[in-house]
Amino acid sequence: MHVTPYAKHLAAALSLVVMAGCSSTGGTQDGSMAGSEGATSGGASSQGMNSGQVGSSSMGMRDGQQDGIPQVRTIYFDYDRDTIRSEFESVMAAHAEYLRSHPNASVVLQGHTDERGTREYNLALGERRANAVQRFLMVQGVSPSQLEVVSYGEERPAVRGSSEDSYAQNRRVVFDY
Amino acid sequence: MKRYSSLWCGMLLMMIASLAHADLTIEITQGSDRATPIAVVPFAEQGAQLPTDIASVIANDLERSGQFKPLSRDNLIATPSASSEVNYRDWRAVDADYLVVGKVGTDGSIQYELMDVYGQERMLGKVINLAGPDQSRAAAHRISDEIFEAITGIRGAFSTQIAYVTAQGVGENIQYGLQVADADGYNSQQILSSDEPILSPDWSPDGQKLAYVSFETGRPAIYIQNLASSQRVRASSFEGINGAPAWSPDGRKLAMSLSKDGQPEIYVMDIGAGSFQRLTRSDAIDTEPSWAPDGQSLVFTSDRSGGPQLYRYDMASGEAKRLTFTGNYNSRGRFAPDGETLFMIHRGSQGFQVAKQDMETGRLITLTDSRADESPSVAPNGTMVIFATQQGGKGVLSAVSADGKASFRLPAAQGDVREPAWSPFLN
Repeated sequence: MHVTPYAKHLAAALSLVVMAGCSSTGGTQDGSMAGSEGATSGGASSQGMNSGQVGSSSMGMRDGQQDGIPQVRTIYFDYDRDTIRSEFESVMAAHAEYLRSHPNASVVLQGHTDERGTREYNLALGERRANAVQRFLMVQGVSPSQLEVVSYGEERPAVRGSSEDSYAQNRRVVFDY
Repeated sequence: MKRYSSLWCGMLLMMIASLAHADLTIEITQGSDRATPIAVVPFAEQGAQLPTDIASVIANDLERSGQFKPLSRDNLIATPSASSEVNYRDWRAVDADYLVVGKVGTDGSIQYELMDVYGQERMLGKVINLAGPDQSRAAAHRISDEIFEAITGIRGAFSTQIAYVTAQGVGENIQYGLQVADADGYNSQQILSSDEPILSPDWSPDGQKLAYVSFETGRPAIYIQNLASSQRVRASSFEGINGAPAWSPDGRKLAMSLSKDGQPEIYVMDIGAGSFQRLTRSDAIDTEPSWAPDGQSLVFTSDRSGGPQLYRYDMASGEAKRLTFTGNYNSRGRFAPDGETLFMIHRGSQGFQVAKQDMETGRLITLTDSRADESPSVAPNGTMVIFATQQGGKGVLSAVSADGKASFRLPAAQGDVREPAWSPFLN
């Protein structure tokens, strides 16, 4: 983590260097809409809480899979809401099962919002969403010691933009293993 | 007496801009139709040249306030440098209400005079002795302050500063910065640089420290940093959110929002003692505290009624009373220095806009035409509100006069800029 506090009157040249060095192109972005695959089968996807459901992984058989951590790691929320949509219950169940069966595993639940509204209030909203996910997992038998909540509010959008579609991709909780 | 060609002025200003590392530029987006016309004549130089076009800085300051409309240099009918050289009829002919003239002496001192054109009298005249030529811009702002106060009766805020957050890059590679610049965007200096988000800068009442929220430890924590020394302390890093620091008017306490007890609540930290007092107890989100000017209460955002609204917490009684009833989203309240107006972000049919509410009548009006406003911060003389908004897909700073009639924008040269905080009076 690179942080540098500067004294006033010291940093004019440094600030130029920082500005020049900082026009990097984008890194990896979270928040693909993979989680919405569950929506295509409507109510059917909420049947059964076992592995092998839409969006969840099999046990470490795929390329790039790490020890069976479920592949879908982002769930999305409606505007101003922190309720978990039914289409994501199978995703949640897959993570719950993984964490229950791997008591040494832990996950950080990152809460995010879209950019509308004021930043500190959005920090609180993001936390509310991540808390909702945390509660769900605990009800499913996951130990609280495996769960941590961090909210980024609107600070780390998955996509830039001011369309409803962009907003929808940013209102999310990410499972950060 | 010397005439300044506009080409020479242009070149000088470009040089100054690069010297001053102006990361924010100014665009006047709206001038008030009631702005007072004023002629600011280029100051005559009688010795070594200063690095600053004093008259230009004064004219820009006055124009930015929204209350003055400086005549363009092409329309300056004469170029006096002292009241003894002024022919009032000339200035009535170009409809100037006021006239500013001046000269820079061989010893680097600056003399200026302010004339009332229709009253045909000299209102003000002063000499400022510079400690060095690098003080010339500050001297120009000081002259603007004095002219502004002489005409309007309101203390000028041209010698103040703004803190703000910059963000450059995309996705996981955003670089964040906390900066401080003059109120006109010049002389920006980096206070903090980080890979992780920074938000909510807030000035101490003595203008020497900034409190802010930084994610550098992986979670939002509140820091207090001394601007001159860059020394800082981590004031609050409980589990959960440590957010929205707000310095009390006496500088001894920091209000904040902490979610360590399950949901965000308002706390007040005694900075010296390091102790925390919890103020709110609700199942809702309570955040974004800000003190009333008398320090006896603070305004905060709460969604205890279903959506975010502004409430006032009275320190003596411990009671919270709802203040806003217009619309279903009002947040980030900030009092005007006289406590009679409350500025905020209001969501209406046009989107999220800076709005103000009269504390006596409860009447709310919006002040901007933009749709994605955030983070209003009031100038210490109450005349203007700086805030963050979007322009062309970028985050920019903007400012609007308290009556909504004048505005200017401060986009950054690169990247996004957001989270402005207007300093207290510094002189």
